[in-house]
Amino acid sequence: MPDSIRLALAIAGKDIRAELRSRTALQSALVFAALVLVVFNFARDPTSLAAVDLAPSVLWVTFALAAMVALNRAFTVERENSALDALLLAPVPREALFAGKLLANLAFVGTVELVTLPLFVLFFNVSLGHALPGLIGVSVLATIGFVAVGTIFSAMAVRTRFAELMLPVLLLPFMVPPLIAAVQVTSRLLSNRPLSEMWGWLRLLALYDVVFVTLCMMAFTAVVDE
Amino acid sequence: MTDFPPAAKVVKRGLAISTLGLIGLAGVFVLALGFTPVEARQGLAQKIFYLHVPSAWSALLAFSLVGITSALYLWLKDPRLDRFAAASAEVGVVFAAVMLTTGPIWAKPIWGTWWTWDARLTLTLFVFFLFLGYLALRAAVHDAAERARFSAVVGILGMLLVPFVHLSVYLFRTLHPQPIVLKPSAPSLPTSMLTTLLVSTVVFTLLYVGFVTTRYGLTLADEVREDARNAD
Repeated sequence: MPDSIRLALAIAGKDIRAELRSRTALQSALVFAALVLVVFNFARDPTSLAAVDLAPSVLWVTFALAAMVALNRAFTVERENSALDALLLAPVPREALFAGKLLANLAFVGTVELVTLPLFVLFFNVSLGHALPGLIGVSVLATIGFVAVGTIFSAMAVRTRFAELMLPVLLLPFMVPPLIAAVQVTSRLLSNRPLSEMWGWLRLLALYDVVFVTLCMMAFTAVVDE
Repeated sequence: MTDFPPAAKVVKRGLAISTLGLIGLAGVFVLALGFTPVEARQGLAQKIFYLHVPSAWSALLAFSLVGITSALYLWLKDPRLDRFAAASAEVGVVFAAVMLTTGPIWAKPIWGTWWTWDARLTLTLFVFFLFLGYLALRAAVHDAAERARFSAVVGILGMLLVPFVHLSVYLFRTLHPQPIVLKPSAPSLPTSMLTTLLVSTVVFTLLYVGFVTTRYGLTLADEVREDARNAD
């Protein structure tokens, strides 16, 4: 296994282990996601709008908000005791460092999404049926893109004033293309439309992932190195 | 301090170009109201096109240049590039605000609604928000070198967000008028309209250059003052 992949996995492993030992961030993010779902249910007039019509947008707004909470955490833990400086002193290529952080964030956001999905089915009375594999696929595609951008912005945001506010302000515009695409695909999946109707959106998502993962990986060194 | 190009000179030059641009803008109003025909179907509402399209052009120019200078900054680390990117982003936000206000004024009589969640409108709005975020980030980072690096990264990522804006226009069903001038076939509008539009585009470009130069000079003056204070 090439060295940089091994290093990236080691960094991701460190983050995941640290999170599993405390579990505070994961638990709060899960409770937060569940609360957003509940609030959404009361934010609609049940006599005029069926839950299922709103379902794709609710799902993706919940995912986006939960991801924001999760991403804020990614570099705040590194700021404590200047842990990031220690990481930067280690002979790790910055690309591997970014990849490790990205993987850990993906694991974190992915877990939140996996737990949110059954709650969403329960609260919004959606029958997933054979849409489930497709839904997981589009979730993976959309999440990779915005978590990559979120990872680099989170590294910047912790070094600014109003860090908690800076991340959403920077990240939300970047979330818009993947969210539009994901909502379009999800609503077509839930109404059993053929794949040909989603193809364009899926390609947009894949392209977004390739462009932004590569670019963020390249730009990461400019963020962490003096 | 003496090796700094005098900031006042840059500001003066910027103000001169801006004044020239403002005189040109008055000319555009005369051309648009007196010289061009009234469009058959849209009536007088179409006149706003001579402001809306050029301001969209200037905003696009501003944001593209932020992207390009950001990329160059990470490569060359020249503070002039960072200063330019900051000025261009600020001016771009102003032109985008003009575009986003003239659009609804036209849309109300023609589409029957001030705003619609059409793909191009939505994403232009989000590019506008992106640059508001860019300026917010600049304000929130204290260290000058760090501010320059961070905003360069956001500038580059922002530039790459724009093609995704364009891509989604073709995927989403769109209400926005399709290109009339910049399209593969010849422009489909009368010569007088085209001339006015081109004049207006030149004027708006001039305004962009004037505003950016002024802003650049002011940042320079700020830095000189900051240096003088630190030297004490």
